Amino acid sequence: MMNNLFVYLEIENGKVEDVSLELLTKGRTLASKLNCRLEAVAVGSQLEKTGEQVFPYGVDVLHLFDDARLYPYTSQPHTSVLVKLFKEEKPQIALMGATSIGRDLGPRVSSALFSGLTADCTALEIGDHEEKKEGKTYANLLYQIRPAFGGNIVATIVNPDNRPQMATVREGVMKKEILNADYQGKTIIYDVKKYLSETDFVINVIERHIESSKVNIKSAPIIVSGGYGMGSKENFQLLYDLANTIGAEVGASRAAVDAGFAEHERQIGQTGVTVRPKLYIACGISGQIQHIAGMQDASMIIAVNNDPNAPINAIADYVVTGDVEQVIPKMIKYYKKNSK
Amino acid sequence: MSLKIIVLAKQVPDTRNVGKDAMKADGTVNRAALPAIFNPEDLNALEQALRLKDEFPGSTVTLLTMGPSRAADIIREGLFRGADDGYLLTDRVFAGADTLATSYALHMAIKKIGRFDLIISGRQAIDGDTAQVGPQVAEKLGISQITYAEEIQSVKNGKITVKRRLERGVEIVEGKLPVLVTVNDSAPNCRPRNAKLIQRYKYAKTASERQAESNDYVNICNSRACINIEEWSATDVNADAKQCGLSGSPTKVKKIENVVFQIKENKTFDSSDSQIEALMVELITNHTIG
Repeated sequence: MMNNLFVYLEIENGKVEDVSLELLTKGRTLASKLNCRLEAVAVGSQLEKTGEQVFPYGVDVLHLFDDARLYPYTSQPHTSVLVKLFKEEKPQIALMGATSIGRDLGPRVSSALFSGLTADCTALEIGDHEEKKEGKTYANLLYQIRPAFGGNIVATIVNPDNRPQMATVREGVMKKEILNADYQGKTIIYDVKKYLSETDFVINVIERHIESSKVNIKSAPIIVSGGYGMGSKENFQLLYDLANTIGAEVGASRAAVDAGFAEHERQIGQTGVTVRPKLYIACGISGQIQHIAGMQDASMIIAVNNDPNAPINAIADYVVTGDVEQVIPKMIKYYKKNSK
Repeated sequence: MSLKIIVLAKQVPDTRNVGKDAMKADGTVNRAALPAIFNPEDLNALEQALRLKDEFPGSTVTLLTMGPSRAADIIREGLFRGADDGYLLTDRVFAGADTLATSYALHMAIKKIGRFDLIISGRQAIDGDTAQVGPQVAEKLGISQITYAEEIQSVKNGKITVKRRLERGVEIVEGKLPVLVTVNDSAPNCRPRNAKLIQRYKYAKTASERQAESNDYVNICNSRACINIEEWSATDVNADAKQCGLSGSPTKVKKIENVVFQIKENKTFDSSDSQIEALMVELITNHTIG
């Protein structure tokens, strides 16, 4: 069977990254719908524990390229492996994380294969497509859905004629879910030398400091988030005070991050992290679409804003109209008074 | 040692400051409401190029952009800040290009420019945020790439050392020239326009801009040397029309929707003590917090 769905795995110190497991979860659903196999590609070094990490997500075939020179990641060796493997296997779909690695690798592979690539998809679906001008119809294409133009519009992109249909997805956008802890897949180990040439190794990593994220807003059940309306970095401290009181993480809008009020890793939205907390408290956030795209799935939303017509109020369950500098200390005070 | 540096830049609508009038009633983008600017990270890229030019006298910085004729504005902007010359790739054939078709056109133009040591561009453009064109150009040229650059630390003996700022860390990498580098917004901002350079380059125009000018301008140009911003069509760079624009784009836009969020019914509170206390009591009672 050919034309399967492939996921490129990002592996750091032998551990498959969440973004890849999320893509496998989504990939499994899509592959079942397409009646094709879900295949994963691991390129790196010391990959012996990869299979046990990915098979529970419903991976049918794991392609393993294990060579000391393939870790840490550099552009051309990983590109060469994928380009040759994809020429042999002819996947119909190839997915990778919209990360520093996936966004470096994806475009190179697409350029070499002349296949379409859509960055930062927020949804992937299967559907049909008609090219009216040419009178052609296509069944079961990958709908690559992404916000565009600063998040003001949502575009559905298709690649009618070129394969693989490639897409990148940010961490946290898709859900990670084990299919079956005992799922049986098979592993194919490759002779790496046949996939690389010496000339691929032109970039050397001299120093590398990769931290696992200090801020864990993705899995926080409660998020207190601030926007440009917080006014200053000092005022952001109010958010930390509230977060510490009620047991929450602090997030920020792009405008607040751009203004230097908060670190980049706290950014929530289309160009930051997507979150689905139980409670999202948006303080001084007007609600630009690019922000809302990253938090609209929160179970409950409280908007604190001095503008009664702030767009974020439309999607909020509770709207507090007032000055953040007054409201937040009162929230802390009355939480302490009424909780045990 | 002198370097020949090409900077890839794009003129973009300023999507960062999208106001309420940025969308038309029919859900399409009102481009007229958005100012056209030099893509911010491309300015970070230009600064890295200009620093190398400062360090290695005799180096040249050439801007290359693809776009409609008004995109000549960003070439002038680059000249005002210290670039040496620029090319505008403009042709109806390029319209509707996705990232792949764009990279094809740019790489053909780079081949036409000829020898280079270094190509520098912004990591991504704010109107698409894809970060794809840089790596796609590098692949088509068959050269290596260093993305997410924060600082070009050194260039010597045909080698380049670059500090990369990644989502979760930092890498220092060394590569061989020629190479394509894409620069993050964490890199230093671009130097401002220079008054002398504005004087020198304010009459730098493309051939089509000259045609549209009045006789006064022609007189100025006849009385002094005016720099020409070279305009290239698809034919000028030997590009195959089938690989350009819409026909060269494997991705097709199936549908564009205006973003509509599900509007919820909400409870509203003001900032009085009694109201905030009522809110917190409700959140505690329904086990949302605490």
